[in-house]
Amino acid sequence: METAFFYIFAILTLLCAVLVIANPFTRNPVTSAMFLVLTIISMAGLFVQLHAFFLAAVQVLVYAGAVMVLFIFVIMLLDLKEEERRRINTAMAVLGVGAVGTIALVMIHTIKQSSVGLTLTTPKVEGSTVLLGQSLFKDFALPFEVLSLVLLVAMVGAILFSKKDVK
Amino acid sequence: MSPINLQDYLVVSSLLFCLGLLGVIIRRNVLVIYMSLELMLNAANLALAAFSRFNNNLNGQVLVIFIITVAAAEVAVGLALIVALYRRRQTTHVEDLATMKL
Repeated sequence: METAFFYIFAILTLLCAVLVIANPFTRNPVTSAMFLVLTIISMAGLFVQLHAFFLAAVQVLVYAGAVMVLFIFVIMLLDLKEEERRRINTAMAVLGVGAVGTIALVMIHTIKQSSVGLTLTTPKVEGSTVLLGQSLFKDFALPFEVLSLVLLVAMVGAILFSKKDVK
Repeated sequence: MSPINLQDYLVVSSLLFCLGLLGVIIRRNVLVIYMSLELMLNAANLALAAFSRFNNNLNGQVLVIFIITVAAAEVAVGLALIVALYRRRQTTHVEDLATMKL
């Protein structure tokens, strides 16, 4: 049963990711954004398979909720009619598919060749939120606080860039 | 069917990373390139969560939370930059944005 769910979510994730970057029917960025939402939600399913329930919730809340709303807002703010008319450079696309396909082959071959994880097939730890929170606030307290500073700086930077006249 | 092990998750993760890389290479719209970057970050998240699960160690999940937070901050700044750029140049095509001069 778990195996079947893994394959369902993995195939959904990869299929939606393909439709984000190369949709055969439309080149509209809004469609790409919507398929990115689907990718992220199916990845949340994979996180549930990994017993990382809190991560699945955060993934849906932060990515599918906050980040994608930001993307949609910006797409609607900009006038992107022109995107539909431009052509993808076919030669460059073929070259890119070849190069990236080679990289993918090398990576998968390396993973299959190495015996990584073969001795670790019986996971015991549960990704419980209590343990995660304890780890976050005890062992990683300093990075956690620094991260809040990063968010503040990002917020100030975003406001600064969005001002009417960027000097 | 055999039970799912770490390698299966790593294969999915590397395929997702390669799809993101392909998106950055073949698409010419800054916004779609940005979405492909998000795909690559998500691939890293999946690999980390899988390692965390199969090594019985929660530190990987903590790192995933950090990555998600940094990605959210990065998206906010990046999209603000794109909007500012669009105001100046009226385009989001990377081929029209080849010069650094405003």
